[in-house]
Amino acid sequence: MIDNLARQTLLDPAGLGESELSRLVGTTFGQGIDGGDCYFQFACQEGWSLEDGIVKSANFNIERGAGIRVVRGEQTGFAYSDDLAMPALLEAAGTARSIARAGQSGGVAVQGRTPARELYVPDNPIDSLGEQEKIDLLKEVDAEARAADPRVTQVMCSLAGSREVVMVLNARGELTTDVRPLVRLNVQVIVEQGGRRESGSSGGGGRFGYRHFLENGQAAAYAREAVRQALVNLEAVDAPAGSMKVVLGPGWPGVLLHEAIGHGLEGDFNRKGTSAFAGRIGERVAAEGITIVDDGTLAGRRGSLNVDDEGNPTEETVLIEDGILRGYMQDELNARLSGTQTTGNGRRESYAHLPMPRMTNTYMLGGNADPEEIIGSVEDGLYAVNFGGGQVDITSGKFVFSASEAYLIENGKVTRPVKGATLIGNGPDVLTRVSMVGNDMQLDPGVGTCGKEGQGVPVGVGQPTLRIDGMTVGGTQAA
Amino acid sequence: MSQRPAVETPEAAAQALSHSPESLRARVQQALEEAKKQGATDAQVVVSHSVGLDLGVRKGEIETLEHERDQNLSLIAHFGQSKGAASTTDFSEQALLDTVEAACRIARYTEPDPYAGMPSIAFKAVDWQDLDLDHPWELSIAQATELAQRTEQAGFDAESRIENSEGASVNTRRAMAFLGDTQGFMGGYRSTRHSLSCALVARGDDGMQRDYAYSVSRRAADLGIPEDIGREAAERTVRRLGGEKLSTRSCPVLFAPEMARTLIGSFTRAISGPAQFRESSFLLNALDERIFPEWMRIEERPLTPRGLGSAPFDGEGVQTRNRPLVEQGVLRSYTLDSYAARRLGRETTGNAGGARNVTVRPGTLDAPGMLREMGTGLLVTELIGQGVNPVTGDYSRGAAGFWVENGEIVHPVEEITIAGNLKDMFRAIVATGSDVDYRGNIRTGSILIESMTVAGE
Repeated sequence: MIDNLARQTLLDPAGLGESELSRLVGTTFGQGIDGGDCYFQFACQEGWSLEDGIVKSANFNIERGAGIRVVRGEQTGFAYSDDLAMPALLEAAGTARSIARAGQSGGVAVQGRTPARELYVPDNPIDSLGEQEKIDLLKEVDAEARAADPRVTQVMCSLAGSREVVMVLNARGELTTDVRPLVRLNVQVIVEQGGRRESGSSGGGGRFGYRHFLENGQAAAYAREAVRQALVNLEAVDAPAGSMKVVLGPGWPGVLLHEAIGHGLEGDFNRKGTSAFAGRIGERVAAEGITIVDDGTLAGRRGSLNVDDEGNPTEETVLIEDGILRGYMQDELNARLSGTQTTGNGRRESYAHLPMPRMTNTYMLGGNADPEEIIGSVEDGLYAVNFGGGQVDITSGKFVFSASEAYLIENGKVTRPVKGATLIGNGPDVLTRVSMVGNDMQLDPGVGTCGKEGQGVPVGVGQPTLRIDGMTVGGTQAA
Repeated sequence: MSQRPAVETPEAAAQALSHSPESLRARVQQALEEAKKQGATDAQVVVSHSVGLDLGVRKGEIETLEHERDQNLSLIAHFGQSKGAASTTDFSEQALLDTVEAACRIARYTEPDPYAGMPSIAFKAVDWQDLDLDHPWELSIAQATELAQRTEQAGFDAESRIENSEGASVNTRRAMAFLGDTQGFMGGYRSTRHSLSCALVARGDDGMQRDYAYSVSRRAADLGIPEDIGREAAERTVRRLGGEKLSTRSCPVLFAPEMARTLIGSFTRAISGPAQFRESSFLLNALDERIFPEWMRIEERPLTPRGLGSAPFDGEGVQTRNRPLVEQGVLRSYTLDSYAARRLGRETTGNAGGARNVTVRPGTLDAPGMLREMGTGLLVTELIGQGVNPVTGDYSRGAAGFWVENGEIVHPVEEITIAGNLKDMFRAIVATGSDVDYRGNIRTGSILIESMTVAGE
């Protein structure tokens, strides 16, 4: 009933069997405890990087440990251990339960739960290519970027892969295993022309093996894309400053949704009443026709999971439906305290971190407008197609995201490229100003990492081309 | 009267490390020997271990109690000019062998790099100073709870418009690390870091605002008084209520000390070895050039006793030194480890692991004096987003703060951006304040910049 890989990597080396797990649950949880879990994790990760045309460094890391969390009411006790042997686990359990003066039970039957989905193949990505093939892949990217334009002076690229074996044993004795592959390829280039230097970057990844990058010339396409962006930036003029109409391209610009509404709809902030969206279910927070979901069930996506880090199946959760706020993203603790059900959004960076409500893949469904028609409808504005990161103050609702490739729209035509600029807005009302939604919904290429309270987790975003009537663009050129 | 929270004993039971210095040193030695055995020409090993306690209180009740215990072994193996790196959190005999094996295997595939290698023995630290970094805090759960409760309660008591809280938390952490290499360097030390923080939420007519206050130090006795931290958090939160946008304009911008730190952070990244040899710096090849006004001086002070960024030697065992980075506005040194030094044809500056305690020489004006110096302009107390291009220095970030006229705060502002280019901004610094914020690895007072573009309505 326990997954073989989990048994081999987590239990056998520590001499743990079902009777030990049963005793661990019985000792850790008991009367007066509302929940919690023993989270076992084995992760191996590697990274290869190329610079100056040679693959000069690489690293390999192994992490193994268990985190024990005991929840009572609104209180959480937590301890973790790098040692998976029973005495260390019992010590951590004792520490975690120190918040609760609760009874213990002798043993709780452990029942295996099998994830309903298999969104990714559990094979280890690290073994999906030989070492020489990994090096050759990076060299191909380097050669492609350098061949793309003579103005390329520096190419830096990296290949990273990991596999995590996760086993969640919850307070009810339910045991769930998930084996999670993740890969990523990144390219950054520097171009120079007449003493001016600019950079461009590209990349992608997801929950599969490295061979993905070899298919359809994917790796080479990233290289050409990074060079294209850098060359566009060489021509960029100062960005405008002030409030204007903004057209956002499809895909990664969906970081808008992640910042503007995603974080504000996480269950913890809403239970505590610290989110600008708290208490607003049923209210209009976006224009008609706008539907936004958080969906952890997309096959192979960077933000997808068969089960979340509490062992619950991920879901497609409707956050906004036709402009009306419908729901929040929940983990078990916040769902219980809010009188609702978990949505499978309980995530944690590792065994050494506490789970909390986090996004998976957050995106807006497509509309009817032709992207060309959207651009053509704007007399004077900004067309932004690539972004760096963003950030939000969930209490005031103010959020930013930073364009790394943007153009002026003049008389319905995309004209000159402008330098990167930060866009700022107010989460609860920015989507009410969306006046056109494109028919070109696209997900990002698989590069996003979301940070919350110091924990990073892989996520995805997506959206169609959007027209927003009035956002503040933070360039240097005041009109 | 409030009492300072500190209770100290030399070896606090609550912060007992589960490994002795001898056992960490032995692990370093063993990994080095194993690397040699597997054919490495040289190797470097770091073994670290830490324990900590993090307690959070919200609305008077314990919300989270986290016990932290971390350990890590990391190794770099050199095979001639090729190298590989590996790390593990598993301290078993087998994991150590596997980790060495992984680093050596990688080194057989990576390509020779003419600049690879270890720092020359001549640069290694020999008799390093005790920088007084280890001050364990014997803190019971009950004491930690009380400190956090007092902090948060003071915030609620200070301002009636504080209606909610993200909580107050106490964190204490003690770490020990040993570094060794096959050239015979072996060094390690213990250090502590304690903090007390509070984040509150206030409601006004047009929405909510959140802000926070914190104190952090190597020694519990140096932490702020809980009541002061709670009150400061409340004041900072409430003063943001009723924020307005500004119309788009150009005006002087005063960065409050904790925001001024981010400008100096961009400077230290730009003069780091990798930024220089990757041509990814807006201060590329700027050595000996004037990049700040003539009156400015910036130093690196890694040897400051109890400093939050202090270290007696760097991540390669190289002796660290207090030294100027900028004199009379002129860039005097990059921050280099031995690899970057070889790449750039220079000597290591003891900066493996970064620049430490970067200190901007304080000016003479205090915070109100800096406001008067600005006269009319924008005081920035919060920045959000990552809108800094390290290659070009183009700068555009979300901001919140206060509109100032004739040296007096007029009203809070929010939902605006400030933009410019860091090279121009650095040259346009009008004054730095005496209001130095020591709570981090970068220490600076507020920084006044002559003019930036503010985008709003």
